[in-house]
Amino acid sequence: MSGEPRFFDEMRSGDAPRPPYAEYDRWFRAEDLSRLRRKSEEAETFFRRTGITFNVYGAAEADERLIPFDIVPRILSGREWSRLARGIEQRVRAINAFLHDIYHRQEILRAGRIPKELVAQNDAFLPQMIGVTPPGGVYTHIVGIDLVRTGEDEFYVLEDNARTPSGVSYMLENRETMLQMFPELFTRIRVRPVSDYPTRLRRSLAASAPPACSGKPVVAVLTPGIHNSAYFEHSFLADQMGAELVEGHDLRVVDGRIAMRTTQGYQPIDVLYRRVDDDFLDPLIFRPDSLLGVPGVFDIYRAGGVTIANAPGTGIADDKAIYSYMPDIVEFYTGETALLQNVPTWRCSDPSALAYVLEHLSELVVKEVHGSGGYGMLVGPAASRKELAAFREKLVARPANYIAQPTLALSTVPILTKAGLAPRHVDLRPYVLVSPDRIDLVPGGLTRVALKRGSLVVNSSQGGGTKDTWVLED
Amino acid sequence: MLGKTAGGLFWMFRYLERSENTARLIDAGFRMALVRGGALAEEWASVIDTAGARAAYLAKHGSFEGPLVVDFLLRDPENPSSVVSAIEAARSNARLVRTALTREVWEATNEAWMALKEALRRPVREPDLPHVLELVRQRSALVRGALHGSMLRNDGYDFARIGTFLERADNTARILDVKYYVLLPSLAQIGSSLDNMQWETVLRSVAGQRAYRWLTGGEIMPMGIAEFVILDRRMPRSLAFSVAKLANNLGYLEREYGMRHRCHDMVAALHAGLSGQTIDAIFEHGLHEFLTGFLRDIAALGLQIEQDYRFYG
Repeated sequence: MSGEPRFFDEMRSGDAPRPPYAEYDRWFRAEDLSRLRRKSEEAETFFRRTGITFNVYGAAEADERLIPFDIVPRILSGREWSRLARGIEQRVRAINAFLHDIYHRQEILRAGRIPKELVAQNDAFLPQMIGVTPPGGVYTHIVGIDLVRTGEDEFYVLEDNARTPSGVSYMLENRETMLQMFPELFTRIRVRPVSDYPTRLRRSLAASAPPACSGKPVVAVLTPGIHNSAYFEHSFLADQMGAELVEGHDLRVVDGRIAMRTTQGYQPIDVLYRRVDDDFLDPLIFRPDSLLGVPGVFDIYRAGGVTIANAPGTGIADDKAIYSYMPDIVEFYTGETALLQNVPTWRCSDPSALAYVLEHLSELVVKEVHGSGGYGMLVGPAASRKELAAFREKLVARPANYIAQPTLALSTVPILTKAGLAPRHVDLRPYVLVSPDRIDLVPGGLTRVALKRGSLVVNSSQGGGTKDTWVLED
Repeated sequence: MLGKTAGGLFWMFRYLERSENTARLIDAGFRMALVRGGALAEEWASVIDTAGARAAYLAKHGSFEGPLVVDFLLRDPENPSSVVSAIEAARSNARLVRTALTREVWEATNEAWMALKEALRRPVREPDLPHVLELVRQRSALVRGALHGSMLRNDGYDFARIGTFLERADNTARILDVKYYVLLPSLAQIGSSLDNMQWETVLRSVAGQRAYRWLTGGEIMPMGIAEFVILDRRMPRSLAFSVAKLANNLGYLEREYGMRHRCHDMVAALHAGLSGQTIDAIFEHGLHEFLTGFLRDIAALGLQIEQDYRFYG
């Protein structure tokens, strides 16, 4: 790459708006900048008052912060979306088939499509799940697929989130905020609604009720508690679904079921939408020091007494080392070529790949295989020489712990700054609901935006913000 | 409803009530200091006693000076009854039970927390004190208003109300009990103007001065005030009123759940005990003994409710 890299801007191509933004652009040009800036501040007050905050790990004190919200929507045409949706559906179908296979006959390993040791020696592989078939055969009830765009028709999957993808509450609150602030936009532009996500989530979870369920399935959201960074989202989803929000100490095993302590005694739960990691789920099976889980839940699960969503052990499917095999996985289980592309990935466990990565460190993005949230990640082009040197040491010490990818020329969507619109890099996380009878996608998802000029890191924990995401009714 | 949620609602409204009562207490102490042209140490000491915080206070401060006491009761995070602590605890419980609150109640609570945190970020200067105390009362009233105006009248509402009235009964009894010692000599020689002022402080602490004047035509009679604050069921901060409300709300739970617990017997006994009382009998038996017994019963009732409705396990 030579000179200033050029990025694909989703709103404007030259001076003209791209078609999905045409009507928004017309509206925007007629608006007064200072009014929009005022609206932008109003939005912050709204979020603060509603308590849409997150707690930051590693911050000096238990600080509640807002994820900055930008009022310029990210817009996709219906056609763009339906193409993406087909690819996402295919990928999610393959992920579920992969999980079933990997915990049963392991055909994909026998066929030599994935190296055995990549699974056998992977911490994300849960031996306790071998031979366990979850109710309805669904492993990943909720999946988030992180997508980036580099051109008109070029989308890549950056990573799959098959454990407990978060952020969907922001998708919903962002839309709510936009509807309140700019009702006129929604009468001018036909945007596909997202507000029924909680209803669809509930339906999807209820459809995966366990054999022991009799009558209307009881759904509960399991949270680590009010100090968890995503607590707002847990309570928000429970509230919107009309489900109970429970913590480990509210639950116990009663007559072969998982039951919650109510004011009138213990009541069985059919589906546990857990936002607690596998390790903490059951101190009898996993981490014995966990106070967040329920002793005995895993045995009840295996016996068909409760559905755990997502199933334990799904991390093997979103592991970054497995990621690089995803095109093979899709092909193996669906018999089709993957519709969505993977970002080319170097697995540093491979000596020749490691040599390449070390040589080109300043051009690459290097990630921890098991990391998430942008922690422990190196963005080569943005790193100082000191940071590069420090990272090089870590990389050499534990190469199998890392993968590397080229620095993608992520597309931009403008944000509103003091000086007006300015382009910033974005990604997109659509949310996918899987039940035994269908795969259900809410149009759009969560757009995350790097607020710092030139930055490619969109994670909220690293100074990213969010935007409302529109899918148009074409 | 989860036991934890019931407990969260109960405590959320206890703390909210406490923040308001602490503000009233400071207001009464402040008023006393103004009227007497400078604070009297015993007066501020009795304010601290009413808040049940003498030991905690003395661990930090050597003497009972107005500004120190006010700051301790308003802003000290180590004092669990301070307005700051109470509002923090109320909001923290509200977060815990957010799924059981309407958006209006949650937002009123969250905004109260934001506004009071801001107002109490620095020590409050004397000229600003009345305004800040008013803010505390207003914010509490807003949450209560949102509760009345938007919450379903089911078990969640009952637990919120039970927390409110348990705290209120406790606070009102404490105010009287502490004043009793200050007023002890005046019970023998009723009528000196200084002591009348003390009795007015009692009324002010329970927001009852206008109601009392209206009912009695302005005559400040210690026995009359005690009767008003203990036995008058029209007075919303009286012991009789609070206990009647506790009996009502526990009764609603009994009907909704179809289950009677020990706490129902306890509140019935408390209620019957107050209904049959006269102020003469109370004074004859000893006001302090009566109030000590009442505080003990209220505390026991709280613990029993926790158990009967499985707040913790």
